Amino acid sequence: MQASTNLISTTDFLLHLADNALIMGHRNSEWCGHGPVLEQDIAISNIALDCIGQARNFYQYAARLMGEGHTEDSLAYLRDERAFRNCLICELPNGDWAQTVLRLYFFSTYQYFLFQQLQHNSDAELAGIAAKSLKEVTYHLRWSSEWVIRLGDGTEESRQRILQALDALWPYTGELYTPVAYESVGEADMASIQTAWLDHVKAVLEEATLSMPDMGWMQQGGKTGIHTEHLGYILAEMQFLQRAYPGAEW
Amino acid sequence: MEKTAEEIFQDKIDREIRIEPRDWMPEKYRQTLIRQISQHAHSEIIGMLPEGNWITRAPNLRRKAILLAKVQDEAGHGLYLYSAAETLGISRDEMYEQLHSGRAKYSSIFNYPTLSWADMGAIGWLVDGAAIMNQVPLCRTSYGPYARAMVRVCKEESFHQRQGFEILLTLSKGTQAQRDMAQDALNRWWWPSIMMFGPKDDESPNTVQSMRWKIKRFTNDELRQKFVDICAEQVKILGLTLPDPDLKWNEATGHYDFGVINWDEFWQVVSGNGPCNKQRLDARRKAWNEGAWVREAATAYAAKRAARQAEKRA
Amino acid sequence: MKQYINKYYYGDYGEAKNGAADITANGHHKHEWPLWEVFIRSKQGLDHKHVGSLHAADAQMAIENARDVYTRRMEGISIWVVESKYIHATNPDEAASLYDPANDKAYRHPTFYDLPDSLTHI
Repeated sequence: MQASTNLISTTDFLLHLADNALIMGHRNSEWCGHGPVLEQDIAISNIALDCIGQARNFYQYAARLMGEGHTEDSLAYLRDERAFRNCLICELPNGDWAQTVLRLYFFSTYQYFLFQQLQHNSDAELAGIAAKSLKEVTYHLRWSSEWVIRLGDGTEESRQRILQALDALWPYTGELYTPVAYESVGEADMASIQTAWLDHVKAVLEEATLSMPDMGWMQQGGKTGIHTEHLGYILAEMQFLQRAYPGAEW
Repeated sequence: MEKTAEEIFQDKIDREIRIEPRDWMPEKYRQTLIRQISQHAHSEIIGMLPEGNWITRAPNLRRKAILLAKVQDEAGHGLYLYSAAETLGISRDEMYEQLHSGRAKYSSIFNYPTLSWADMGAIGWLVDGAAIMNQVPLCRTSYGPYARAMVRVCKEESFHQRQGFEILLTLSKGTQAQRDMAQDALNRWWWPSIMMFGPKDDESPNTVQSMRWKIKRFTNDELRQKFVDICAEQVKILGLTLPDPDLKWNEATGHYDFGVINWDEFWQVVSGNGPCNKQRLDARRKAWNEGAWVREAATAYAAKRAARQAEKRA
Repeated sequence: MKQYINKYYYGDYGEAKNGAADITANGHHKHEWPLWEVFIRSKQGLDHKHVGSLHAADAQMAIENARDVYTRRMEGISIWVVESKYIHATNPDEAASLYDPANDKAYRHPTFYDLPDSLTHI
């Protein structure tokens, strides 16, 4: 009984990490071909590719633990909205470039501090995936924080846009570092992640000449499958072929 | 007698010596290159859109990653080519203006819609295949920066065609619905693909000058025939058919004969009447216009930071 | 009169139908991010080699863009960028006076010296 509970928690946690990465990758990939300048179009596609790669590693490991014919694709393409465990912030629409880079910054900062701890997890496979992902996330964090600073301290228009993005995204940041039960598998000290996240964000916002918003009410629910209305549309689009042609190989 | 600049230039070309940006070149050579390279770059950038249409709908995670990487590569190729054109004295922004205003052309193939997943296979196999056929000789084109950009493009492009064929191969071994999907894609993409090589040689009277300058090394018809010969064989592996009843092996010529190309359709699409011309250009204009404030912000921030650093040093 | 060469290529249908791209090429565009030249060391022990150029608002962004554009396939381990306007180059018209004089100095090359085959380690 104990063992199977642990297994459920472990797979829940892996799916949470995988869903986070997949939905972030999916959203960022929507920029491909539509970026503000060619060089940055390439940059955000690279980041999307990293995220999709992370998702695949976590799904593959979860599928092996779950057995019963599960694969990375059955987990990504055949679970419905309520089974997805990604944080709400990942599924919000891209909005403009300000909202996209600020969301990526918030998310990468969280991933950065989380993976620093996960790379020492007692589960060697999980630790390995975290260590590999950490290298990618370190770059995402650098890239996105520079953009936040640039937009905050750029023109009056860019400043207004990043302020709007801050308003829109801030209520979704608390969920990142507020743990639910299955996150105990991560063996991470979430309180220290919260502190590190807030300190980092404060410093970057300051450099961007922006002030830290009041903590205020935080939206929750994604980690336990209660999503915004946006996720259903992401999945409808993403899963369409697998749903329309059940069992087909692609 | 002293040689003229033009004679020295042509002599270099004849001896396969590459022309470099600061070398003397005839004005028409420069203009020809600017137009060709920028149109090629525009084709890469517009070409991101039809395939980008399926990134969020790719049927599994492996395909999703591959497609995203491929479309991103096309952005890179566009960038290499714009850079090559910039060495001739035109800015990327000017080239964009030409594209966005509709004055510049790009490959007409990208004005067709992508209607099913199988289109990703057909584009990879046929469209990238035709592009590679054109691009490989361009690795030896006479203008150095263009040739070097093409070497890089060709090196990266090699996986594009293979992944496309793999998509079709998987579909051809799948369910009846998947085979139908693959055949339908070939039916729609075959003719536009062979049109990609451009008009017939006897309607391209100035090819001679481009060949003499070694910008161009094979004629349109030579490359098209080579492409048809290869595809007619490869399609057998897929167990699918190319939609041309006149396609058959000709023992006498050692090539495949093929049917008459609908040049009216080709010129209609080139001149703006393809199914997606407006949609493609609108998407590019929208991305560019909505990115203006981002580009300005980065410029403003760079200036502020440079000023602050200068202040610190003083 | 504008008269351009028609050639028909991949992505190039010339100007025969529906007008030509106007090739005015007045050079610099005032809003554009500056152009940077990118040099990459492909592996430890080799020189940085020019690989191409790109646009970026500042040096930091140029380095990151170079990373994203030119090292997607593990092509590099070190990147240099320099704003293109700072590159100084020789004039090709002076090539004869600059480089031809090195032509007659064969004694700078090891194969110039005729030595017995029995002589080794030299």
